[in-house]
Amino acid sequence: MDHALRGKSAIVGLGVAGLGEAPGSNSWDIMAQSAQAALADAGLKMKDVDGLFCAMMEDSMPVLMAAEYLGIRPRHVDGTLTGGSSFVNYLASATAALDAGLCDVALVCYGSNQRTASGRLVTASRLPPYEAPYKPRYPVSGYAMAAQRHMHQYGTTREQLADVAVAARAWASHNPQAFTRDPITRDDVLAARMISDPLGKLDCCLVTDGGGALVLTRADRAKDHAQKPVYVLGAAAESTHRQISQMPDFTVTAARESGKRAFAMAGVTPSDIDVLQLYDAFTINIILFLEDLGYCAKGEGGAFVADGRIAPGGSLPVNTYGGGLSCTHPGMLGIFTIIEAAHQIRGTAPGLQLDGVDLALAHGNGGVLSSQVTAILGSEATL
Amino acid sequence: MTPDTHFREGLAAGEIRLQRCATCGTHIFFPRVLCPACHGTDLHWIAASGAGEVYTFTTVRNRPEKGGDYNVAMVELAEGVRMMTRVDGDPHEVRVGMPVTAYVGQIDGAPAVLCRRAEG
Repeated sequence: MDHALRGKSAIVGLGVAGLGEAPGSNSWDIMAQSAQAALADAGLKMKDVDGLFCAMMEDSMPVLMAAEYLGIRPRHVDGTLTGGSSFVNYLASATAALDAGLCDVALVCYGSNQRTASGRLVTASRLPPYEAPYKPRYPVSGYAMAAQRHMHQYGTTREQLADVAVAARAWASHNPQAFTRDPITRDDVLAARMISDPLGKLDCCLVTDGGGALVLTRADRAKDHAQKPVYVLGAAAESTHRQISQMPDFTVTAARESGKRAFAMAGVTPSDIDVLQLYDAFTINIILFLEDLGYCAKGEGGAFVADGRIAPGGSLPVNTYGGGLSCTHPGMLGIFTIIEAAHQIRGTAPGLQLDGVDLALAHGNGGVLSSQVTAILGSEATL
Repeated sequence: MTPDTHFREGLAAGEIRLQRCATCGTHIFFPRVLCPACHGTDLHWIAASGAGEVYTFTTVRNRPEKGGDYNVAMVELAEGVRMMTRVDGDPHEVRVGMPVTAYVGQIDGAPAVLCRRAEG
């Protein structure tokens, strides 16, 4: 039997702003420009928005700050902050809120100017007290330790990690929105400066400016808008820890559970999906998520990504916009995984547009592999 | 006294204190008021033996003038808890599975759990 919320909401507007470098804009400016772009794409006005879903790094009550900046008085807000996965999480909560009538037009938005403001990752996170004295570089050291354990347990190699970065750059080279577009080789990744072993500079995501926004409505009125609707067929979350030391098994993420429930809700299987947009803060993420989402067995992710399987022309297209590794990563990436998944279904991708995409998966990750949220989006044909 | 304070007083006395759940026997770190396994609240303090093994680690690259590369490790103690710590010595020689002995040393003048390599 269908899940009660399957296909009940649709993404009707997509917007981005300030991708790459946005001198002269602060994070709120970029958020607002993204919101305006998404509303224009949907053919809606700011005053139509009555549900606001927003997380930012700059304030402890970002959803209130955002509503104030945008000049709206939303009757439903959600500012749940689970790190970069927050925005994929909002697909679930916005769908429930729309279906329950708590709001009619949901705006999901984000922006950051962290590249031009500081040139380093801006995070609201404070290191936990039992970890801070050891000075891990947050968050890369947590991901590095997951990679190290995966290598030890399964024989995964730095070359295989490098292939993830090479594939991301190959997709980015076709995307005019991507911040880094010059092709790279496995040797380039291996020769890059080490940051936190076994991860080097090109195993790490970019630090860019940028913002993104989505507009969602109930499915029954989705066709009233300017763009082809993209339906939310499934969305599910699970979290396992906050501090990396508390992660139950460093080689297994909660994507195993979020994925299982998202696929069940959507009534599809991994092999039905035409394109995957996975949260690639670091190269190891892609290997872990492909395993945990059911694309290969645990431990086989390294061999799976080798030889261009996830690159342009490969059998499983992953991160067709270039991802956080090569397109953009303004502190939190989650919203961009949804935007690219929706573009591929609409046929409006800024870079390489694949043929015949009806089902796309967007996967968000937050904290240090802490929060995992999987969403499955579909065209009208999948309803 | 909060569980956190009790743990920190242990460190100041040179002892690594862990909680043990009287209901299910699970050892607990970080310190708290309930058992994360069974949610029981009858928790008792024990002193860790110090025996442990490196579960995973990273070498944080750092400029020589800022003190050079250093190790950050996840160590599993014999009691079954895992904690972030640092293994003494050359960070490039740390390995997963390496046996270590946890002890109370100092970082930046404050007591902290550190590890030295044990005889394998």
